[in-house]
Amino acid sequence: MPTDSQHSNYHPPALEFKSTTFSVPVLVLANNDVIIIEHQLQEKIQLAPEFFKNSPVIIDLQELNKQDLNIDISELVNMLRSLAFLPIGIRGATTQQLKKALELAIPAHTGPNQASAIDSVKPQALQATPATEPAPILESATLITQPIRSGQRIYAHGDLIILAQVSAGAEILAEGNIHVYGSLRGRALAGVQGNIEARIFCSDLQAELISIAGTYKISEDLTEIVRNRPVQICLQNNTLTIKNL
Amino acid sequence: MARIIVVTSGKGGVGKTTTSAAIAMGLAKRGHKTAVIDFDVGLRNLDLIMGCERRVVYDFVNVINGEATLNQALIRDKNCNQLYILPASQTRDKDALSQEGVGRILDELKKDFKYIVCDSPAGIERGAFLAMYYADDAFIVTNPEVSSVRDSDRMLGILSSKSRRAEENEEPIKEYLLLTRYSPDRVKLGEMLSVDDVQEILSLHLLGVIPESKSVLNASNSGTPVILDEKSDAGQAYADVIARYLGEDRPHRFIDEKKGLFGKLFGGK
Repeated sequence: MPTDSQHSNYHPPALEFKSTTFSVPVLVLANNDVIIIEHQLQEKIQLAPEFFKNSPVIIDLQELNKQDLNIDISELVNMLRSLAFLPIGIRGATTQQLKKALELAIPAHTGPNQASAIDSVKPQALQATPATEPAPILESATLITQPIRSGQRIYAHGDLIILAQVSAGAEILAEGNIHVYGSLRGRALAGVQGNIEARIFCSDLQAELISIAGTYKISEDLTEIVRNRPVQICLQNNTLTIKNL
Repeated sequence: MARIIVVTSGKGGVGKTTTSAAIAMGLAKRGHKTAVIDFDVGLRNLDLIMGCERRVVYDFVNVINGEATLNQALIRDKNCNQLYILPASQTRDKDALSQEGVGRILDELKKDFKYIVCDSPAGIERGAFLAMYYADDAFIVTNPEVSSVRDSDRMLGILSSKSRRAEENEEPIKEYLLLTRYSPDRVKLGEMLSVDDVQEILSLHLLGVIPESKSVLNASNSGTPVILDEKSDAGQAYADVIARYLGEDRPHRFIDEKKGLFGKLFGGK
């Protein structure tokens, strides 16, 4: 019975390969002194310890190699791992650096305008970063549907969208934009990693503090024209500007 | 299935113990076997409100430390044989409570009781944390004033992030708002937040509004939960709270100011 035998031989596929694009922080190095890098990284970590803990990272050596500065890859990787980073790739590296990285099980990634150095090595993993300039790291949005209560703290690596209220005494931070579709009564800090293009959108502004890339305004500075109204907040010429929506 | 109810607020003096006593008695009066536990180790009060202070032999900490069995420590209420009280220790502090010990006692109580009411101490430290950690339902007791509302908001944040249900990714704790010491006349004068003001900040399911009432103080002094005073407005309000919690539909009373006869006849809302 042909149908039966066909049936018994049939196994549904247990796996399939798919191509996906991820957003991963890229560590662009401008100095080859591992001690200095470690020191400055620690300062960054102190700003947002939870965010960096076990964070994947791609090492970008393009700037270093432009200046003909070599760096000890294994020393660098060990230091990163000791700070709880998980290096998952390297780009802009020389052939020798790549070889060293591969020994440490760190695959190569094609960097912007950097195909040549990679040519000799077969790409090991799916391309993890879209080939963008290192500046702002784009992450997918974090969506929250529950109210953020007083004393709670939310950190989003990319955009942060909140469909409920943010209570007084709560703190929401995002590297990208912040959208709040309930009342915003707590503190909202967008572009916390320095993205001056970040904006805050909210349907009811009663915030204790609003900040974009470190430039902030406190509740007292809010004029009656914008208070309790739907607004967007952005940086214009280093000044925090609040516009009614 | 037994349900653990925590009565909590963050702020002190808002009526947690009064509420714990009233709802525990209310549930027991409805025929549900109920235990009420005083988590305020070191500042024991529940036994006074329940009028059983002269019958305390062993307490919560004794049971946790294995110095007494649960049955030895539970005090049966003199008004209702479905209600048992587990008093706090007055001579110890909150560090005497261990998370594992509390969990063990609650598990044991769950076998025998329908409802377990945990009377939380004020604050957000160990005692309050342990009172809410194992809860299934939370009664947030709030007074209509800004600091109480903010503390309640903070407590809600802790319920939704630090409780066992949150940690184990289970269905979150069901949160209910209980507005106590409410005085419609003072709301009208602008001296007190209204139900709507509080709801705008907390956006919670309103289980009941308990009016400011002399009967609460009288009940506390005499050691009988106010819900037993069926003639008093506060007692009736707590009875409504129990009815709503058990799924009955009751209109909210005591939100509007007292009207004269004329107002009652023609006033509408």
